Amino acid sequence: MSTVTQPAPAGPTPADVIPHSRAEFVRRFGQGEFGSLRVIIILAVIWAIFQAAESRFLTSVNLVNLTLQIAAVGTISVGVVLVLLLGEIDLSVGIVSGLCAAVMAVLNVKHGWPGPLAVLAGVVVGTAIGTFQGTVFTRFGIPSFVVTLAGLLGWAGVLLWVLGSTGTVNISDSFIVNLAGTFFDDVTGWGIGLVAVAAFAATTLNGRRRRVAAGLEAPPAAAIGLRIAVVAVAMAATIAIVNADRGLPLALVILVGFVLLFQWITTRTRFGRYIYAVGGNIEAARRAGIPVDKVRIAVFALSSTMAACGGVLAASRLLAVNQSSGGSDLLLLAIAGPVIAGTSLFGGRGTVWSALLGSLVIGSISNGMDLLALPSEDKFMVTGAVLLLAVIIDAITGSKRRQAGRV
Amino acid sequence: MSVMNATAPLLELRGVSKRFGAVQALDDVDFGVRAGEVIGLVGDNGAGKSTLVKVMSGIYSPDQGEYRFDGEPRTVHGPNDATRLGVATVYQDLALCDNLDVVENLFIGSEVTTGPLHVLDETAMEQRSRELLKTLSTTIPSVRSEVGTMSGGQRQQVAIARSLLGEPKVVLLDEPTAALGVPQTRQVLQLVRNLRDRGLAVVLISHNLENVFEVCDRIFVMRLGRRAGDFGVDEATHEQIIAAITGLGLSAKAGSNGGENA
Repeated sequence: MSTVTQPAPAGPTPADVIPHSRAEFVRRFGQGEFGSLRVIIILAVIWAIFQAAESRFLTSVNLVNLTLQIAAVGTISVGVVLVLLLGEIDLSVGIVSGLCAAVMAVLNVKHGWPGPLAVLAGVVVGTAIGTFQGTVFTRFGIPSFVVTLAGLLGWAGVLLWVLGSTGTVNISDSFIVNLAGTFFDDVTGWGIGLVAVAAFAATTLNGRRRRVAAGLEAPPAAAIGLRIAVVAVAMAATIAIVNADRGLPLALVILVGFVLLFQWITTRTRFGRYIYAVGGNIEAARRAGIPVDKVRIAVFALSSTMAACGGVLAASRLLAVNQSSGGSDLLLLAIAGPVIAGTSLFGGRGTVWSALLGSLVIGSISNGMDLLALPSEDKFMVTGAVLLLAVIIDAITGSKRRQAGRV
Repeated sequence: MSVMNATAPLLELRGVSKRFGAVQALDDVDFGVRAGEVIGLVGDNGAGKSTLVKVMSGIYSPDQGEYRFDGEPRTVHGPNDATRLGVATVYQDLALCDNLDVVENLFIGSEVTTGPLHVLDETAMEQRSRELLKTLSTTIPSVRSEVGTMSGGQRQQVAIARSLLGEPKVVLLDEPTAALGVPQTRQVLQLVRNLRDRGLAVVLISHNLENVFEVCDRIFVMRLGRRAGDFGVDEATHEQIIAAITGLGLSAKAGSNGGENA
């Protein structure tokens, strides 16, 4: 009876199911499918506007700067996406990133720990904080909003205590500094790009081969070829642009590496499926025998762990940790990014890619307005407006989906 | 009164009683269902239908009485014991994840993995889903469509199909047609028939006597925690069933023809 009319995607979102007609495309686009495509269009518009206003915007120097600027917040957003997929929120990611960076810096500078060990310690502190918050959240049934709000306040105090009377720790350890300060030479950059495209092509083709071998509907070979070609061209363009400047930044490789890792975890492992299930219907998940509390604790642990990694990257770029590390608008931008890029605040919908795309949107706005020498007040207002717009679009598309029965 | 087939019941409860505080929810109830048979379990609200089903599905342990499966007494302490015996339950509120597609919902909590990294084996799961849905002749359009986009009837079919993945011998359905429109109810009832034709024992709780008469082989009536009747569907009338449900004479409640949807 199953009359399949569409090539079926392997992932949990129908985003890359190919529409058959232009009308279908427009309708489903309006209903919020092809979420990534929508945010890419938004990004293109933002870039066009800034390029029109300031010709330095789309230069390789500035684009490399942009990737360095978003590396930390994008890394934090990766963890935030996981929490959002559960339908929860983690308000402590900003301050946890600052605290873990401070732990790393103090251990390295004041206690003479070697760089890699200090970084590891900072990240482990993040994992411990997240495990603690997740345990309090599940054990006592307190809303995650409140638990992490308490964390936001409490860890801010711990951050000041860790930094001590000076309030600032300057970092000179080469390992730590090189995390954000390393640029690969041209050949290595091309090599990394080539390997990435080859890996993408291999997994895509292998996936199709398996489906065909199993007698399942598979996307046409031409569509697969087109997808690989698009990725290859995008990759080549990226490498060419960064090589025209200082080269491929290690920080960007780290960010994209995290995104790919967690994209794989969320779509290809049991644990990832559990996250979507708990976010979709926690009661159904529980009845299906999913260890709901363990999943939730693990996600909060990962959220704080990724916050710690982002904090390390931020400290590496700033060459210091101070009392305002992890403060200011970092938390809000880390949450706003994925939401702008289509991850739902209500759980169960979204992808890890939204961390990268969202931080690119927010980072581009911030970067472009800096180039135009606009003051902070304008920056905040524009970023706020974009976030509001994104959430409104999300709400509209959500209600369109419901009307069309595609909830 | 009851239709006695040659075959022994697959799942049988003997002299089962269950008390919650002052309420005697089940009082010395005998119940049995055979393979390849659909039993309609009917009764007023609070008659003990749900309690009886929860005893069968292992959620409640009876205070007294015997749980027999395949002709032998068994101890069932919890849903997992019942599942292991081969008793699957589909609850009224479906318990599906709207954000996941059919394959993902079917295998939720029992995903198939492959390789040393335990990667989800989407191909195997999709293949098995398609086979299952095909043998059940469901009306689900695509195994990769999101469950949230589907009609109530299709969602119910997904929920029932999911209970079959563990290859149970007995399926307990709690109000599977409640809140469904007429064509969707048709689809679900057809699926119930398919289950019977595959040799499964089916227990169907329903408030809708039309549906019960349409699809069941026997009708088991509960009233105030006791068995109020056990009818072969061919030898019973609506009036008899309603009389047994209400405990009143045949003349009572003549206005209610059982067609109402609870």
